[in-house]
Parts: sequence; C-alpha cells; structure tokens
Amino acid sequence: MLEIEDLTHVYGPGTPNEHHAIDGLKLSVAAGELLCIVGPSGCGKSTLLRSIAGLIKPTGGEIRVGGELVRQTPDNLAVVFQDYSRSLFPWMSVADNVALPLRRRGMDKQRRREAAQEALESVGLAEAGRKYPFQLSGGMQQRVAIARALAYRPSLMLMDEPFGSVDAQTREDLEDLVLKVRGHHQMTIVLITHDIDESVYVGDRVVVLSKAPAHVVGDLRVDLPAPRDQITTREHPDFVRLRGEVGRLVRGVDAPAPTA
Amino acid sequence: MIGTLVRRLWLIPVVLVGWELLARSVANPFLPPPTLIASWMGERWFSGPLLLTDEAVDNFVPSIVRVIGSWAAAVLVGVTLGVAIGRIGRLADYVDPLVEFGRAVPPPAMLPVFLVLFAMGTQVQVATIVFGIIWPILLNSIDGARNVDRMQMETATVFGVPAHLRLFRIILPAASPKIFAGLRLSVSLALILMVISELKGSTDGIGYLLSVASNNADMPGIWAGVVVLGVLGFVLNSLFLMIERRMLGWHRGARRTA
Ligand SMILES: Nc1ncnc2c1ncn2[C@@H]1O[C@H](COP(=O)(O)OP(=O)(O)OP(=O)(O)O)[C@@H](O)[C@H]1O
Ligand SMILES: [Mg+2]
Repeated sequence: MLEIEDLTHVYGPGTPNEHHAIDGLKLSVAAGELLCIVGPSGCGKSTLLRSIAGLIKPTGGEIRVGGELVRQTPDNLAVVFQDYSRSLFPWMSVADNVALPLRRRGMDKQRRREAAQEALESVGLAEAGRKYPFQLSGGMQQRVAIARALAYRPSLMLMDEPFGSVDAQTREDLEDLVLKVRGHHQMTIVLITHDIDESVYVGDRVVVLSKAPAHVVGDLRVDLPAPRDQITTREHPDFVRLRGEVGRLVRGVDAPAPTA
Repeated sequence: MIGTLVRRLWLIPVVLVGWELLARSVANPFLPPPTLIASWMGERWFSGPLLLTDEAVDNFVPSIVRVIGSWAAAVLVGVTLGVAIGRIGRLADYVDPLVEFGRAVPPPAMLPVFLVLFAMGTQVQVATIVFGIIWPILLNSIDGARNVDRMQMETATVFGVPAHLRLFRIILPAASPKIFAGLRLSVSLALILMVISELKGSTDGIGYLLSVASNNADMPGIWAGVVVLGVLGFVLNSLFLMIERRMLGWHRGARRTA
C-alpha cells in the first residue's frame, strides 16, 4: 500500500537555517494495516506525513502509494490533521464540511448529503450536521474531521497526532472510534502519535523514529488480542512489555528488555 | 423589542425639541426650527400625487442610483482584483506600493480631473466615487486573500477540492471578514463622494439641490438636504450591517468561543 524508500528531507538547504528533518527513512506498510508511528517531539513526524500526502516535495528518496509515485496528493488519501480547529472550515455547517470533499467523487447533492450523514452517524454525531464547528466541543470537532476523512472513503488514511489536544476520556473514546471504523472500512491507517501507550493500544504495528534527522530505529508487531479494551488490554502482559520496549526505543536507551 | 427601541432612540426627540426651542428663542434665519424644515420638505418633496413630487423624484433617484451603482461596481472590481492579487504569489509585493499610493490621494482631489475628462453628469460622479472607494476594498481583499490559513488550503488540496469551489467556498469566505471591513468603510465614503461630486459637476441629485439652496441662501432648503442625506446614509448603513451580520454570523460565533 505504502512504500517509502530512502526518504530524506532537508528544510532550507544551503541556508544558515538548514535543518535535516528526515534522513534515509525506509518503511513499508501493507494494505489494511494500522501502523502507529512514534518518535520524540520535533523529530520529523509531521514532515514525513506531509511528504506522503504530497504537501511537500521531499529533497530525496521515493514514496509510493498503491504502487504510484507520489508527486501530488494521491487520489485515495485522506488526512486528519492535529489541529482540527484550523482544518475544519468555520463558515460551513458540519454536514457541509464533511460533504465538500465528496464533490470529487462525482456524487450528486443528495448522495453527498446521505454519505455525510452516514459518516457523522458512524462517529456518533448524527445530530450535529446542521451545527457549525464552533458550536461543538474540541473532541466533537475532531470527530467531525474523522467523519470527513471516512466519508471520503480513502484507501489510505493519515492521522497526525489526532488526539493531541483533547482530554483523556475523549482521547480513549476516539482511540476506540478509530479501532471501530477500521473494522468496518477496508482502510490502511498511518497514525502518528507521541503517546507510547496509545501507539501500542491502537496499532497492529509500531514504528519508532529516532531524534532528528528521523530514521526508523524500531519496528514492532503488536499481537494483542482483539477486540481491544481500554482496561483489559492495557493490563495485558504483552501490552506492558511492548510499551516498555517502545519507550526505551523512543528515549534511545538500549537497556535490554527484562527477561520474563 | 419596543423597550430597546425606546432606549436607543429617546435622545432624538429630546434633541429635536431642544433645537426647536433654541431656534425659536434666537429667531435667527440661519438656524431654522425643525418644524419649519419639516414643513418645507413636506411642501417641496412630499406633496406629490404619489407622495414624492417631481423635484424629489428627479433628484433623489439619480443620487441613489449613482451611489449604489458605483458602490457595486467598485466592490466587483475591487474584490475580484484584490483576491487575484492576494492569491498570486509575489504579485502583491509589486502591486502594494501602487495601491498605497492610490489610496493616499484624497478622493475629492480627483474631481477636477474627472470634470475635464468626462462630460458633466453621471460619468463624473461614478468616476469620483469608484476611484475614491476602491482602495480600502482592494487593500482589504488583498490582505484577506493572502492570509488564508495555510492549513485550510492544504486541507482543500488533500481532499481534491476543485479550483472554482476553492475560490468560492474557501478563499472568499476565509477572506470575507477582511473584505467586509473594507466594504464598511466604502459605504460611508461613497455617500460623501456622491455629495461632493454632485455639488460641483452635476445638474441633478441631492448634492445639486444643496448647492442650489446654498446659492439662494435658502436655509430650510439646505437643512432639508442635510436631513435627506442623513436618512439615506442611515438606511444604506443599516442595510449593509444587515447583510454583514448574515454573511459573517459564523465569524462572530467562532470568535466568541475561540
Ligand atoms: N517549513 C519548515 N521550515 C524549516 N524547518 C521546519 C519546517 N517545518 C518543520 N521544520 C523543522 O523540522 C523539524 C521537524 O518538524 P516536524 O513538524 O516534522 O516534527 P514533528 O515530529 O511532527 O514534531 P511534533 O512532535 O512537535 O509534532 C522541526 O525541528 C522543525 O523545526
Ligand atoms: Mg507534528
């Protein structure tokens, strides 16, 4: 689904502010996988995501989505940005926000409206269509952004720290929402987070990035029993072990895992 | 509803009565009492077969058409140009000094130029008004279009929003708070320029009536013109604010909660 080969990105090359954000990053994501990417703050996670989405042109390497080289935003790709308040359009109703991208899908007005309503229902916002984003709480706005991505029916969904700015309870609800929708839609999801527990709880696989310039320092499969549950999954011995491993990789400490 | 109206308007009758008393006590022909002005207006303008007299129709209508028509033309040209300049990369950097210069020219200064350039009449007024009010519209449109949140444009890119929708559903609404700030200025400016241009280069219009009354030292006539202009300005501003409130409801809501 997604192949990244030797990706390198330098901001402002040749200037005094030259910054190596990504260096020789290699990654491959299978169709249907839910991959979590964790890494220290400022390491280049958003840069990676924006490269995949075709929003910036990386200075080196290749990205392929569905076998196609990324030059501009791939057709079947949706993004849920971290800053939902800036990525929803405040002058449109919630339903219009969700329906706007569907024009590209060649749906008529009636079908767009139905698809938007369906997506809103799937994130538990059946009643919010007529409201405006500012009339919703932060968590609800982020659910609208997720509904917009879902209605678009992408084959690849990118999420950049999607739960970074909501409270703990809402965060857990949204994590479970992602697990639920990926069960219903055939979708590959790449979710960026700086929360180690979250990456293990949500992901099928966790990739750990190094400090800047980012490259892959760890790649762990998460074989926790499904369905996942906020309480029992987090008590599972494998969960505890994995989060320890991921944590160590993120901090760059090479301490060996405790022997069981 | 009635309570708020009373609270907002009670001062007007008080001022009118005070003025009446003052005017009667000083009995100066340059300060006619409101009742005299009102009866003058009633006789000259509001005693026609269908309320308005010929004189009123022949002068009010051209003024109103000029001010609204010129305003609409300036809005169309100003917003279109402004959004284009604001969105086309570095173009704004080159055009900005030009626009700043155009804005710095006091609009009435152009009146003599237009009087030479065009035939006496509507052309002069339209040119004066449009040239005078287009600058704040242009500047604010450039500013608004240039500063559309990058995240909003990227969202549009990611979701493949086609170009015409990007313009009408994203760039224009995003720039609209700025654009409306320019429009608000232009409404009152348009009225001022209408009067100024009619005082000199016109054979009809409210400004023309004013200049005739002034030449005849007809004090009630001058005051009547002032009253009509005041009412016209009030009505135009209220209409504008009504439209603005409708169009920018989301903006006030979003700001309140931000
Ligand atoms: N447009 C830019 N120009 C120059 N440097 C940039 C630009 N965007 C990001 N950077 C730098 O690149 C580095 C990586 O940024 P990026 O946003 O990818 O990090 P991140 O891993 O997403 O961080 P966070 O965890 O804070 O979201 C940062 O040091 C940042 O300062
Ligand atoms: Mg980031």
